[in-house]
Amino acid sequence: MSIEAKEEFRPKIVAFCCNWCSYAGADLAGSSRLSYPADVKIIRVPCSCRVNPMFILRAFEKGADGVIICGCHPGDCHYTTGNFYARRRMTLLFSMLDFIGVESGRTRVEWVSAAEGVKFSATMNEFVEKIRSLGKNVRLEDLRCQNV
Amino acid sequence: MPECVKTMSQAEREIHLMTAQQQTTQTQVVNRAKELLADGTVARVLGWKAGELPYAPQPAYFEKEEDLEEFVYNGFCGANLSKYMIEASKLDGKTLVCLKPCDTYSFRQLMKEHRVDREKAYIIGVGCKGKLDIEKIKAQGIKGIQSIQGAERTDDADTLTIQTLYGERTCAYADVMLERCHVCKGKEHMIFDELIGESRDTKDRDRFAQVKEIEAMTPGERFAFFQKELSRCIRCNACRNVCPACSCRKCVFDSSQFDSAQKANADPFEEKMFHIIRAFHVAGRCTDCGECSRVCPQGIPLHLFNRKFIKDINEFYGEYQAGADLEPRGPLTSYVFEDVEPGIVAERG
Amino acid sequence: MQRVGVFVCHCGSNIAATVDVKKVAEMALMEPGVVHAEDYQYMCSEAGQARIQEAIREKQLTGIVVCSCSPRMHETTFRTAAQRAGLNPYMVEIANIREHCSWIHKDMEEATKKAVLLMRAAVAKVNLNTPLRPGESRVTKRALVIGGGIAGIQTALDIADAGYEVDIVEKTPSIGGRMSQLDKTFPTLDCSACILTPKMVEANAHERITIYTYSEVEKVTGFVGDFTVDIRKKARSVDMNKCTGCGVCQEKCPSKKTPSEFNRGLSTRSAIYTPFAQAIPNVPVIDREHCIKFQTGKCGVCAKVCQAGAIDYEQKDEIITQKYGAIVVATGFDMIRLDDYDEYAYSQSKDVVTSLELERIMNAAGPTKGHLERLSDGKAPKEIVFIQCVGSRCADNRGKSYCSKICCMYTAKHAMLIRDKYPDVNVTVFYIDVRTPGKNFDEFYRRAVEEYGVNYIKGQVGKVIPQPDGRLLVQGVDLIDNRQILKEADMVVLAAAIEPDPDVRKIATMLTASIDTNNFLTEAHAKLRPVESPTAGIFLSGVCQGPKDIPETVSQAGAAAVKAIGLLAKDKLLTNPCTAHSDELLCNGCSQCANVCPYGAISYEDRQVNDHGIREVRRIAVVNDALCQGCGACTVTCPSGAMDLQGFSNRQILAEVDALCR
Repeated sequence: MSIEAKEEFRPKIVAFCCNWCSYAGADLAGSSRLSYPADVKIIRVPCSCRVNPMFILRAFEKGADGVIICGCHPGDCHYTTGNFYARRRMTLLFSMLDFIGVESGRTRVEWVSAAEGVKFSATMNEFVEKIRSLGKNVRLEDLRCQNV
Repeated sequence: MPECVKTMSQAEREIHLMTAQQQTTQTQVVNRAKELLADGTVARVLGWKAGELPYAPQPAYFEKEEDLEEFVYNGFCGANLSKYMIEASKLDGKTLVCLKPCDTYSFRQLMKEHRVDREKAYIIGVGCKGKLDIEKIKAQGIKGIQSIQGAERTDDADTLTIQTLYGERTCAYADVMLERCHVCKGKEHMIFDELIGESRDTKDRDRFAQVKEIEAMTPGERFAFFQKELSRCIRCNACRNVCPACSCRKCVFDSSQFDSAQKANADPFEEKMFHIIRAFHVAGRCTDCGECSRVCPQGIPLHLFNRKFIKDINEFYGEYQAGADLEPRGPLTSYVFEDVEPGIVAERG
Repeated sequence: MQRVGVFVCHCGSNIAATVDVKKVAEMALMEPGVVHAEDYQYMCSEAGQARIQEAIREKQLTGIVVCSCSPRMHETTFRTAAQRAGLNPYMVEIANIREHCSWIHKDMEEATKKAVLLMRAAVAKVNLNTPLRPGESRVTKRALVIGGGIAGIQTALDIADAGYEVDIVEKTPSIGGRMSQLDKTFPTLDCSACILTPKMVEANAHERITIYTYSEVEKVTGFVGDFTVDIRKKARSVDMNKCTGCGVCQEKCPSKKTPSEFNRGLSTRSAIYTPFAQAIPNVPVIDREHCIKFQTGKCGVCAKVCQAGAIDYEQKDEIITQKYGAIVVATGFDMIRLDDYDEYAYSQSKDVVTSLELERIMNAAGPTKGHLERLSDGKAPKEIVFIQCVGSRCADNRGKSYCSKICCMYTAKHAMLIRDKYPDVNVTVFYIDVRTPGKNFDEFYRRAVEEYGVNYIKGQVGKVIPQPDGRLLVQGVDLIDNRQILKEADMVVLAAAIEPDPDVRKIATMLTASIDTNNFLTEAHAKLRPVESPTAGIFLSGVCQGPKDIPETVSQAGAAAVKAIGLLAKDKLLTNPCTAHSDELLCNGCSQCANVCPYGAISYEDRQVNDHGIREVRRIAVVNDALCQGCGACTVTCPSGAMDLQGFSNRQILAEVDALCR
């Protein structure tokens, strides 16, 4: 899947969704036919607290242009407290990425419940738009992977 | 010794006491260590011994009284010995360990994490009046160093006298201190069995000044700054090996767990990933001892990563100093319902 | 190397219309490990499953990927199918190419490209899957019901009747709950006490029901089938075994100024009290905060007058630890506080009351002995205004966004009862909508309007202004006639919103049951599993799950009981094998993981390890499989990566990341 230079920029976006709320929210967006760009690809994790900073950096390293983490709303975590820890971890990690000069818009956390198909789709549309405006992530990409 | 005192005249006794007061911390520690080795309280002493160069003492174990003749304690003993106690805790008998005030934070943090055994440590809190950075001395154009006087800082001697191949040179002690000493955490030892020597709070700078400077740059400037700094990284792992918080039995960058085993840098992102993850793993546990920057052979200001996390933690979750208490939960293993959302990073701009 | 089979489902045209399924199957064959790929109309059908099973057997597959609908839909179906063909069910991965692909994208090329990526990610993951086996855990044949209102009582009775032991924990001194405070009930105007009391008595007398009143749940550990609960039995200061319930102590108690909770503060009670006459158990408690003996040390009247010698000032709180297989939450509701609704003059005038206060005023055992009178001067009102939706269906954050559901009906009931007993009293109701979905509900409401002449005005009230003569000036609008209304009233009744009991958040946290922003407990599925919490073994009964009236509460209570019985009837449960595990060679024993584990599943042991020849005793984290629910919080806290989650391992997720970013 090589990206040809003159083609319209199609970002690579990885969305980590917790199994109980956000993944179900994405399912609801699907069954409600609420479209969002195909640039978003979802990885199912049991809880937002399962998302290791390593996964996010690795996604960037391999050429992702944006990474979004979705979990249950604070207080609604299926595991009670998982998203609270995720919230602190991601706040600090994002702040650090911003500190080293990665555009802060490339990372995002959004709380999406199983009932919020509309929110899921709206969030993804918004996020893709943001990443498109930021352009290709040249700062964090693994140069080796471009032509594979 | 008691007999000796008996035969002393009153005047002699006063002189003896005066010299005891004037005795250097080094001599006092050595004397005390000999006593503790002799009476079996401790099985070994963990301190510093002279290195090949006058400004490079090395951490060392001493098991016999006579070995202690090599014991050194001066302004170049910046090394934080807390981490050595992880291994020393596995040995038989107690280890006498010399900890400076800032080192005691690391020791307490390690205690909290069950990595060191308090029962296996006899802690002598050694006085500290700021430690020296040889790179800063060299940066003053002082070369061919043969010996240095004044590294045992006293209240009235704030100057280093350096004998070089090219003659005697001097420089102000405060000008050549390690960066971390300018943001000194204070002269109190957090934990000790006994204290030897005076300490001084050498803080004269804002701990977060440099972090704030970088924060004020544009993202592009920040990226360029870190690109430049981190591109010098040779992945020698000195920062990791010296860090008391980075004390995993096996680092993730050496294991197959994350498919991230150490390898040659193939792209400019790899070292960034290493340093971000390293800082993240010690976030909320790093005591800001500054060892990472001290040992980096490339002079990369690695402490900036840790300090950025500390600054954020303080701002978002309240002032926190790792190792200041024994509360098991740190900022990343606790939460409150009202915590800021990660979106704050983008909002802050 | 795995031998992977990829099965691409058309889902009729649901997938095939936007995704080139043949192409996905074709591309799959180019992935490492893939030895078989096919597409089929409906993979979930019997025929589709048979194809999968056949391929597993014929091609000796060690793992399969089904590209189909959401794993939340058919993961279990395909796992079971794989298992029947001799494959470990956890060697199955689903690529969600319907909800996450074909249904949201229109362009065939784009959707196909994405479907291929999703397939690749699933193949990359399954290549790293390992067979997992669920453990077994036992089921304690006993249920706990938290809350002793009508919901809790009904659930307890149903479970007990099915042959299982049930304990009810109620925080107030008596069971009965909100229903015991009601005077009459809609839509038949039964006397509330007359239908509730027999149930209370039945629960109390039931051989398999134990009631702990004046008690609270203090700690919950364990998991479905095997919960361990600490119940704090607060010191009643009265010996339950000796007390005869004669009531003399309450008569003689000199401290009589405490607002009665049961009468919503409209009357006072003594420091030693039973909340109401039909209380069960009929044993008073001493409210130590208001008892002269406890506050000053001087008094002891109750002990002197008690012929049974039941008063025990030395009594201490008691902790009862009990094991349960299932827990039903039935914590009920309260009215919201009206502090933020100053415009209705609730705090300024005694004659502005909430509906529940009116309920007590109308009740023969209430503060006015059932006479409808103004609380300010005791005069009989001639003009009563009801205001609906006070804090319900509220757009701002003063109130609740939801409809409290019961107010329309109880207001019709109140209006009807007042008009019936006091025909000279005019009743006006200001409403936004009248909602009467329920059997005989609309008929009931229409009777209020048509037979009893209650004046319903569609419109809201802006302000209630107390007048110097003690009357209340109600300023409202009539939206139908589009005019301002100024009405003088003698009493104003506010249909205040209901909200879950404030203690429910604490209880939900202990149970690790999820709760929504309004503090209602969340059901496992809004439509298909309405009485179960997503946390296994926790069931929901009554208003703690959402506003509902008595008939609905009772039916939900029964449904929750059935679900609990279904669980208790099992001897063993299979546990989720996707749990965390600690690698003893990597673990630092630093205890950080235990700090973030919500289930207390991690403990530490000193273990002899052999680390490439280094033999030493190390402090190692150990995960209790039965307690671990597989959230993964520990895996990220662990700096060395010693903690990993089966089924969602670090390497599996990284493989997915790599595949998607390729």
